[in-house]
Amino acid sequence: MQDNSARAGTTLTAHATPILAEADRLMTVCNSCRYCEGLCAVFPAMEMRRSFGDGDLNYLANLCHGCGACYADCQFAPPHEFHVNVPKTLAIARAESYAAYAWPRAFSGLFARNGLAIAIIAALSVAAFIAGFAAWNDPPVLLGSHEGPGAFYRLMPHDWMAGIFGAAFLYAVVAMAMGALAFWRDIGRPEAGLGEVGRAAGDAATLRYLDGGGVGCMNEDEKPTDNRRLHHHLTFYGFLLCFASTSVATGYHYLLGMQAPYPWYDLPVLLGTAGGIGLLIGPAGLLAAKMRRDPALVDESRWGMEVAFLVMLFLTALTGLALLVLRATPAMGLLLALHLGVVFSLFVTMPYGRFVHGLYRFLALVRYARERRMIADGTAGEA
Amino acid sequence: MVDWSKTWDVLVVGGGNAALCAAISAARGGASVLVLEAAPRFYRGGNTRHTRNMRCAHDAATDILTGPYTEEEFWDDLLRVTGGRTDEQLARFMIAESKPMLTWIAEQGVRWQPSLGGTLSLGRTNSFFLGGGRAMLNALYLTAESLGVEVAYDAEVVALDIDGGTFRQATVKRPDGNHILRARALVAAAGGFESNFDWLREHWGSPADNFLIRGTPYNKGKVLRLLLDAGVEAIGDPTQCHAVAIDARAPKFDGGIITRLDCVVFGIVVNKDAVRFYDEGEDVWPKRYAIWGRLVAAQPDQIAYIVFDAPSLGMFMPSLYPAIGAASIRELAGKLGLDPDALERTVNDFNAAVRPGSFDHTILDDCRTEGLTPPKSHWARRIEKPPFYAYPVRPGITFTYLGTRVNRDARMRMADGSDAANMFAAGEIMAGNVLGQGYAAGMGMTIGSVFGRIAGREAAIGARG
Ligand SMILES: Cc1cc2nc3c(=O)[nH]c(=O)nc-3n(C[C@H](O)[C@H](O)[C@H](O)COP(=O)(O)OP(=O)(O)OC[C@H]3O[C@@H](n4cnc5c(N)ncnc54)[C@H](O)[C@@H]3O)c2cc1C
Ligand code: SF4
Ligand code: SF4
Repeated sequence: MQDNSARAGTTLTAHATPILAEADRLMTVCNSCRYCEGLCAVFPAMEMRRSFGDGDLNYLANLCHGCGACYADCQFAPPHEFHVNVPKTLAIARAESYAAYAWPRAFSGLFARNGLAIAIIAALSVAAFIAGFAAWNDPPVLLGSHEGPGAFYRLMPHDWMAGIFGAAFLYAVVAMAMGALAFWRDIGRPEAGLGEVGRAAGDAATLRYLDGGGVGCMNEDEKPTDNRRLHHHLTFYGFLLCFASTSVATGYHYLLGMQAPYPWYDLPVLLGTAGGIGLLIGPAGLLAAKMRRDPALVDESRWGMEVAFLVMLFLTALTGLALLVLRATPAMGLLLALHLGVVFSLFVTMPYGRFVHGLYRFLALVRYARERRMIADGTAGEA
Repeated sequence: MVDWSKTWDVLVVGGGNAALCAAISAARGGASVLVLEAAPRFYRGGNTRHTRNMRCAHDAATDILTGPYTEEEFWDDLLRVTGGRTDEQLARFMIAESKPMLTWIAEQGVRWQPSLGGTLSLGRTNSFFLGGGRAMLNALYLTAESLGVEVAYDAEVVALDIDGGTFRQATVKRPDGNHILRARALVAAAGGFESNFDWLREHWGSPADNFLIRGTPYNKGKVLRLLLDAGVEAIGDPTQCHAVAIDARAPKFDGGIITRLDCVVFGIVVNKDAVRFYDEGEDVWPKRYAIWGRLVAAQPDQIAYIVFDAPSLGMFMPSLYPAIGAASIRELAGKLGLDPDALERTVNDFNAAVRPGSFDHTILDDCRTEGLTPPKSHWARRIEKPPFYAYPVRPGITFTYLGTRVNRDARMRMADGSDAANMFAAGEIMAGNVLGQGYAAGMGMTIGSVFGRIAGREAAIGARG
């Protein structure tokens, strides 16, 4: 009769993977506890449900910001026999969901040994740009110093550059849109309008749920600190500034006929410099936090993916800033090849790395924006 | 590392809410404070780890409390649940002191939130900890440490040297051996004796073997025993405790809140003979949940089964283990190990006695039985729509009430009627001063915080002369 053999919280729902089954078990435990309700979006969303299908679990996993608060606060965390570790379980489920939504499916394997894959692609891209520059240009051009408008294009014609990067960017956008579509389908094509998108954008822009319910996120231990949120902001806004810099430069080129490099006081350089500095400090800070993180919270098998993305962002900024500082010296040719190689590989690997977390989390927040309203209106299924 | 040779101003024994409130208030009073916690670091904080809220009087709604809860109303509730078995002066004093607790606790870094989903009935009276009891403890420990309080884990107090009413030193058992610890004042905040089965058996007999302990395995009553043996006056009945009916599949210790079941009012409860034994619909659940532990403890083999049918399944808070389901009452009986004929008879008799009414589980509705013993006074609906479900339940002991007698300074009283010179108590270990029997949700933390704060303050004053 009284069957104690099943692990506490185990349900009868069938799941595609063991980690989703474990996530289901934990959500069943948490749903009968609810102490963490005020910490983030995951718990209120969980309370609206009684049973958890794979789509629901993928939604909750991507809604989790990994702040760690619910681990430090859980009376059932290991070594307790109920073994409740929500941040780690959802981190693994989240990472597995990235692979499941990858487009084309054939490339989903890139998530498995992501650090290695991205390192190889980056190295190959850099090598290809250097080789291309060398084949195209005589050594005196490659190793000479160039100045004035159009200096970069003496090494690589602008149309080529625009063509290659335009294609890489377009590919990344299409692949990620397909992934986003797969995620949206998996979580049941929730209804959402502009209001929800706006609210989600606000939540994402402020990292509303990376604050451990108000005190800051837990990283090394149960002492809250807010450094991760700060460094994430530096990274995210640094990235946006760099992107803005490139966009403005493209506009200058085609609309105003002004050729790079631009003087230091011009908009593309100012935006790029500010963004580049953010992209140096932010990823470095996140990386340092990652090193110090309580091993209990870490999905060791995805270490490579997390690190690879941060390193790529850091290198993008580093090579970009180096190019800016040394653009009038003979090092410019090599630095340009280096920077372009790094940026190219950043683009083409974007759909197959940690970058996609932002996309899926944003969509999860869009869905949550609606659920939050239902909870507030009292129209949610569970009370 | 703790300096074992030092003489501390205040020694606090225990590591839960009462202990930390005492340690913080003693440190704020300028005392050097050492906290000795028997549990390892992860399990620090005993039963406090499992809590979610605290009951404090307040005269107006706040951003987390939906309305006023006056001292008078608190007192009425306490009087009702204890059936008058309380020390009125001390209880009224505690209630008055609970008011400033809402801000004092927040000043120690603990954060409040509105009542949790599924516990709306407590939204006016009880303040909930954001992140639950362990979050609360983490905040208290951080604050205590920032005030210079030192904490030793795996540090069980196994002997106390008490001379008349004066504490002199304690013996502490640590993994590296025993240490002697001297202090000018003692605050005992080491919980009740709920996880000591030998002690429970002394008063309950063999039924105690079937009890489950909802919280920490470390509250073995060691310190309570040492104090009573050293001549401190006892208060309370050793069989009185907070006990609820919890899922029988729960672990022996530390299953916590998630093994509770809130579905008694939706069905019937039968014992191992498949016979009902108490009115399941006597009153609303928040007012009745705390009697079911004792009720089940009085049944043969201390086991019972909550039986209900399909329409009720989604109407209560989910819990850890799934309900046991079956297509028929007979099949359900088989799965539960009950006599199918007997269970069928009980369900049929119940169904036949149910009068028509309009069901509303949020009020005392008019759905009741007629001519049935015991009756079901409210929420009686026929159990007829398969699948049928059951949860097995056993007595789940929360904490015991036998304790040390204290005065309003939280100072212990000796059996000869004198006041102890430098010994104070707070929390479960003195809960019996206020709770002779019965319970109202959130009072465990009120008792610990109010008397913990006072004990720390008074101990510091005494120690620093
Ligand atoms: C599942 C559950 C839920 C609960 N929910 C609530 C709630 O929401 N609200 C509420 O008010 N109450 C609740 N309670 C009751 C509440 O937990 C207690 O009343 C309260 O925590 C008591 O605080 P305390 O500090 O006296 O004891 P505890 O928090 O239990 O602390 C006692 C400490 O003493 C230590 N100790 C024991 N023996 C020794 C020794 N010999 N030497 C050194 N240290 C020792 C223990 O390790 C422990 O740290 C709940 C209880 C349980 C089990
Ligand atoms: S993480 Fe732990 S404390 Fe938080 S809701 Fe889940 S079981 Fe409860
Ligand atoms: S880690 Fe943080 S964001 Fe994730 S579920 Fe826990 S509290 Fe929520």
